[in-house]
Amino acid sequence: MASDAMAIHGAQIDRPTWGETLHVWVTTVDHKRIGLLYILYALLFLVIAGIEALVMRIQLLSAHNDFVSPQVFNQMFTMHGTTMIFFVAMPILFGFGNYLVPLMIGARDMAFPRLNAFSFWLSAVSGFVLYFSFLGGSGLYGAGSAPDVGWWAYAPLTARAFSPGSSSDYWTIAVLVSGLGSVATAVNLIATILCMRCPGMTLGRMPLLTWLYLTMSLMVLIGLTPLSAAQLMLLADRYLGAHFFDTQAGGSATLWMHFFWIFGHPEVYILIIPCFAFMSEIIPVFSRKPIFGYPVMVGATVCIAFVSMSVWAHHMFTIGMNSYANTFFMITTMAVGVPTGIKIFNWLGTMWGGRIQFKTPMLFAIAFLFQFLIAGLTGIMMAAAPFDWQLSLSYFVVAHFHYVIVGGILFALFAAFYYWYPKVTGRMLSERLGQLHFWLFVLGFHITFDPMHFAGLLGMPRRIYTYEPGRGWDAINLIVSIGALIQAVAILVFVVNLILSYWKGARAGKDPWDAWTLEWSVSSPPPAYNFASIPTVASRRPLWDEKHPDDPDSRYE
Amino acid sequence: MTAAPALSIPVTPASDPSPAWRLPDRGKVGMMCFIIAESAIFTIFVVAYLFYLGKSLTGPTPRDVLETPIFYTVCLLSSSVTIHLAVKRLTRDGSLSFLLLWLLTIVLGGLFMYGTAQEWRRLIYEHGLTISTNLFGTTYYSLVGLHAFHVTVGLVMLTVVLLLGLAGRIRVAQSARVDVLSMYWHFVDVVWVVVFTVVYVIGR
Repeated sequence: MASDAMAIHGAQIDRPTWGETLHVWVTTVDHKRIGLLYILYALLFLVIAGIEALVMRIQLLSAHNDFVSPQVFNQMFTMHGTTMIFFVAMPILFGFGNYLVPLMIGARDMAFPRLNAFSFWLSAVSGFVLYFSFLGGSGLYGAGSAPDVGWWAYAPLTARAFSPGSSSDYWTIAVLVSGLGSVATAVNLIATILCMRCPGMTLGRMPLLTWLYLTMSLMVLIGLTPLSAAQLMLLADRYLGAHFFDTQAGGSATLWMHFFWIFGHPEVYILIIPCFAFMSEIIPVFSRKPIFGYPVMVGATVCIAFVSMSVWAHHMFTIGMNSYANTFFMITTMAVGVPTGIKIFNWLGTMWGGRIQFKTPMLFAIAFLFQFLIAGLTGIMMAAAPFDWQLSLSYFVVAHFHYVIVGGILFALFAAFYYWYPKVTGRMLSERLGQLHFWLFVLGFHITFDPMHFAGLLGMPRRIYTYEPGRGWDAINLIVSIGALIQAVAILVFVVNLILSYWKGARAGKDPWDAWTLEWSVSSPPPAYNFASIPTVASRRPLWDEKHPDDPDSRYE
Repeated sequence: MTAAPALSIPVTPASDPSPAWRLPDRGKVGMMCFIIAESAIFTIFVVAYLFYLGKSLTGPTPRDVLETPIFYTVCLLSSSVTIHLAVKRLTRDGSLSFLLLWLLTIVLGGLFMYGTAQEWRRLIYEHGLTISTNLFGTTYYSLVGLHAFHVTVGLVMLTVVLLLGLAGRIRVAQSARVDVLSMYWHFVDVVWVVVFTVVYVIGR
């Protein structure tokens, strides 16, 4: 049948139909396609969760606003938080990892391609399960729709008595399933990095990005699984009548907090370490210098991974732990700032004396350095338990973690988009739109999140759906909401740039940035098999060696 | 090439134009990662068990109703020995001795599951202990149940290999994969050592 059709319409042989294209993408096990699926899927949820943030900011625009009801407001912050962490940040970072790691280590695919596809579809399904709650969450009880228990879902809010219907179950199952997908991807990344490297690529010669993804994946294995275990317990509580978090039967609400934050804090580092990875690739290329202190960078990353496993209870200073616990978590939290400081120092050391090119990726990278430093400093402030007692659950905390997640992670992601888009599509992103995007976003970011610190210092609690006028919060909230709108416009510019440049962008060629890692040695976009012949490397910058045979790195390493 | 690649391979002579490039087996690395992740899950359940020890508001308590399952524990632990021997046979001659040892592993694992079933039947029907009775019931059934679930999954996979073996499809070429499965089975056994210590030794 098919061959007959082709014989008649000979001109259509090269152009697959929509159905065929869809079939290829749905059944793909190619790490590059799966990586792109992850990224596109995350961008979709980025827009959705962004709209949820805008709804909240419109509600808080002025005192006694009634744009949405308190119930809807609760759903908005729950869905915004859950979506941004589990269905935007995690998949987009795994997407970049999937795409880049095999290319950077000179492999043709991941270690387990089918497991890779399975992980993606687990994530995809769990995202849609979460959003189906808007329709199906009311369950038999006719109560609730989307989950409204906050992204950390503290017990006993999630108990049957306080969360009737199925809304919390959608949250539990979505987070549990996406967690399984993430663990499977982490297993895959580790196996790929340890077992698929091309000849000559010893651990000490891997690009820093692969080192950092290796560390991050190890953290996923031990950081994400406690949450899965806690979700299993919660499901047992809700469906089998178990009493893990049932305070009426002697269960402990505090235990849920511990289990959640044993996941919750390493999660922050799971998200930021890949962003460090992007920085460690982008900053050297645009400073025209090799990375400063490669072994120290690796050591600092592993050190962060270790220390960050023992800081979780700094989220719980206000619940009344004893002074030994408070002191322990205070010290570990402050200690994690040391290796992080080393990394910032090394990036600055890389830029020092370099010929810095202020292209869009580098602009985002430089903004990342500034903003992440400030986010770290407010983090150190809050690590002091007495300070935290005063400001916990205030907008100061909201400002702090958005400084990390938007000012740090999102800026690093934008840098990565501008840097690797030419490799993925074969076209450059527009530099003009990129500059516009950058300046608008920097402006919007600071107008939104800088004043939030002051709202918190003035006593504004987080998660309130409205407030009394005349408490000194009115002007601040208005400014914050305006900033959020500016950010939305900037994101729009970014999306327009992504779409326009795909058709109209300048041809990129193999290596538009004159970079040094293996992904730039293949055509853009790379062929399905990545490397026609598996490369052999002799240093950390194989493309430098190729371009400068008279003075290769391998002579000095 | 300034230095021979590190890792676990012996140092190759400098004159060798193409030094051997060997990397760890991805199946083994993948299973090790999976085991690390599973260990974290079990750790959380063990912590919950220890945290709630003696905190039940009503009976029955572990001291009242639990009996130490020595025989079935011996069964499960010796199945680790039999599966190890089975894998060793496969790397040599294969076939019959492998299949017999593999079958013995399944029987020992099955005996263990029978023991768990008997224990649960006794607890439920004679002592009225279910997952919703008290905190002991909640933590006991979830921890032991989680382990029993892993044994069951292991038994299913072992049976698949046995059936493939009976069909003559398991040869020396498959020994690496069979070895990966045996790693999982050893892990399940080690977890039982922990669960046994926590539930039947410390917990009583």
